[in-house]
Amino acid sequence: MVEKTEKSETTKAEKIPVWDLPDVPKGRLPPHIQLQRTRVICTSDAPIHTENISYSGAYASMGVDNSLRLDDFHRNFRVEVINLTEDDMEFDIIGIDASIANALRRILIAELPTMAIEHVFIANNTSVVQDEVLSHRLGLIPLKVDPRLFDYKSENDEPNEKNTIVFKLHARCERISGKGSEKESSRISVKSSELVWLPNGSEFLLSTENSNLDLTSKSKTYTSFNRSQDSLPEFSNNPIVPKHGNIVIARLGSGQEIELEVHAVKGLGKTHAKWSPVATAWYRMLPEVVLLQEIRDEKAEELVKKCPVKVFDIEDIGKGRKRATVSRSRSCTLCRECIRGDSWDQLVALRRVKNHFIFTIESTGALPPEVLFTEAVKILEDKCERVITDLS
Amino acid sequence: MDPQPEPVSYICGDCGQDNILKSGDVIQCRECGYRILYKKRTRRSNSFYSLVFSSSSSDFN
Repeated sequence: MVEKTEKSETTKAEKIPVWDLPDVPKGRLPPHIQLQRTRVICTSDAPIHTENISYSGAYASMGVDNSLRLDDFHRNFRVEVINLTEDDMEFDIIGIDASIANALRRILIAELPTMAIEHVFIANNTSVVQDEVLSHRLGLIPLKVDPRLFDYKSENDEPNEKNTIVFKLHARCERISGKGSEKESSRISVKSSELVWLPNGSEFLLSTENSNLDLTSKSKTYTSFNRSQDSLPEFSNNPIVPKHGNIVIARLGSGQEIELEVHAVKGLGKTHAKWSPVATAWYRMLPEVVLLQEIRDEKAEELVKKCPVKVFDIEDIGKGRKRATVSRSRSCTLCRECIRGDSWDQLVALRRVKNHFIFTIESTGALPPEVLFTEAVKILEDKCERVITDLS
Repeated sequence: MDPQPEPVSYICGDCGQDNILKSGDVIQCRECGYRILYKKRTRRSNSFYSLVFSSSSSDFN
């Protein structure tokens, strides 16, 4: 590592005039230090200068103030949405540290609540899928419902219309009655679309020892809803359903039956991945491909052929001569195929911009991705506030 | 002494047919002749009719 740094410094140093030595204070950083500060450089064996220099006095000897100023942050910070669909979003965050980008990613995955099936009440299950496996499969079905409309349900809470969503599932594969067709057997798939929302709560009666004595009183079920969920304005024209109706829950053979009720509650992705609102959320630093020298003719053709994601293009410069250009550096995966082989790393430089993040969010459908991100920012804000109050 | 033992309905492990067996009957499906029969799940009238599964496995109630 140290060896590498020295080497790249000496190669760069050739271009610096003798009176412009990097250790002479000038009020700004010499280009090679500036490059190390703002870029990760991908060499053929490993990336170097990956660390972020956050210490305010790191370049004090060169007369450069490295402290982070709020005004600078305001001036430089940008968010650019590249692509936004119902469930997916790609956007650039420019001007933040990797630690903040990572904090947002982790909050998106583990700390944004959603509703997911947690309790399964099985009345009958003669399918080959065991109760616990069936319950686990049900738990992973994404539900299309805004979790902000619900409360968390703690251990001792009664399930009510503010903390529980109830679905029922009743599927049966009928036997084929026709005699003679012995070989023929019926099979059905139970899909997630067969989960029926019960806005009035559970329909299963809670059995009590003296159930015969108080027939007059309203029979108790597993939930105690005060009002129907579909009377709430949010759900009156917008019934709660699984996000995808074609998820196979189980397959039933002839005569097999599943009858159950599920209770979905609010939870966090750090408890179980089924509550994670994103299929995944990730970021990568912006790739930067720089041609250090002009690459012409056969060499240019070779370079274009080397790249599997077609980062380079060929430009005609007249008289039948060609020149390589970088046209799609954003799609570079930093596979380093272009700097493999003899001295190609002298011609092409692969870098990543340290403060430019290409962020991608894939929502599971509970909330649109742009809402998820703003919610994540709010949670990060709350965390910061908590730190400030703890310190003061 | 016990009253007359009630006939119990079983499910055939092969074809899914209900079979009502009395004590002393041969254990065999009337429909397909399969010899593995399953007892039915306890129904809701009973005091512990339904299993509750917590599908995040953190707590099995």
